[in-house]
Amino acid sequence: MKARVLVTLKSAVLDPQGKAIEGALRSLGVPGVASVRQGKVFDVELDAADPAKAEATLKEACEKLLANTVIETYRIEFVG
Amino acid sequence: MKSAVLVFPGSNREGDAARALTMITGSKPAMVWHAETALPAGTDLVVLPGGFSYGDYLRCGAIAGRAAIMDAVREHAARGGLVLGICNGFQILCESGLLPGVLVRNARLRFICREALLKVERNDTPFTRRYAKGAVVRFPVAHGEGNYTADVETLKRLEGEGRVVFRYVSPGGQRDDTQVLNGAANSIGGIVSEKLNVLGLMPHPENHVDPVVGPTDGRALFESIAGALERA
Repeated sequence: MKARVLVTLKSAVLDPQGKAIEGALRSLGVPGVASVRQGKVFDVELDAADPAKAEATLKEACEKLLANTVIETYRIEFVG
Repeated sequence: MKSAVLVFPGSNREGDAARALTMITGSKPAMVWHAETALPAGTDLVVLPGGFSYGDYLRCGAIAGRAAIMDAVREHAARGGLVLGICNGFQILCESGLLPGVLVRNARLRFICREALLKVERNDTPFTRRYAKGAVVRFPVAHGEGNYTADVETLKRLEGEGRVVFRYVSPGGQRDDTQVLNGAANSIGGIVSEKLNVLGLMPHPENHVDPVVGPTDGRALFESIAGALERA
């Protein structure tokens, strides 16, 4: 089973990297970009075939390592 | 006193920490590899040195914070043993849950390598007893991710419990949260645990211990530790 984990900064946390990218896009003349927030994507292959079990595994992975829940939130998506 | 300096893949200030400890406390620390599961018997102080453990992959300190040796460090801290995390060591302590909050990218995105001024907010900790309360000290900083961040509740608790030990100040000794070099919340440079036995700080006191190099404001931190352990 394949899954994608998205880790993003909580909205209250300042994202200086996102801001820098936003500024670069503006200076490139890319129109209509209101704001940019940078995050991380993890593509994970799992042994489990059972979605509930896979989700539990990924949740554990996020809580233990992939995300720092002080500043980040995570979302799990199954990609087939 | 017996100290142990942890070494992770990518640590690079372990030599500086060991040199300062040997010079000031008179005894050479044990160097302990991250994959060990126990600290040397009778360890009084654990130092997590600066560097770029695991290349700062994922988040700085994130992978080292979950290394095998960290369970032993947690037990050591729970017993009241002293733990000192410098720079990447501070990041590791936050990631491991030994200290609250997290260190994120500097507000202006630049790696900062220079001397910083810090105010010693309290001198009743095992790490600061040889400083005068309110003293302004000079320590070098060298970090890209020293911007201390925590949620409002945590910051309130830290301030309420007086757990901010080092705070960045201006040359006049004043705190100015809008001008702090790395954007750290409340100008926080270093904090202690609830029981005052775990200190994490971004600046490098171990690099200001030898008059050959310049200022020696860092000496008192190691003298404080040695003194606190002697008394214990």
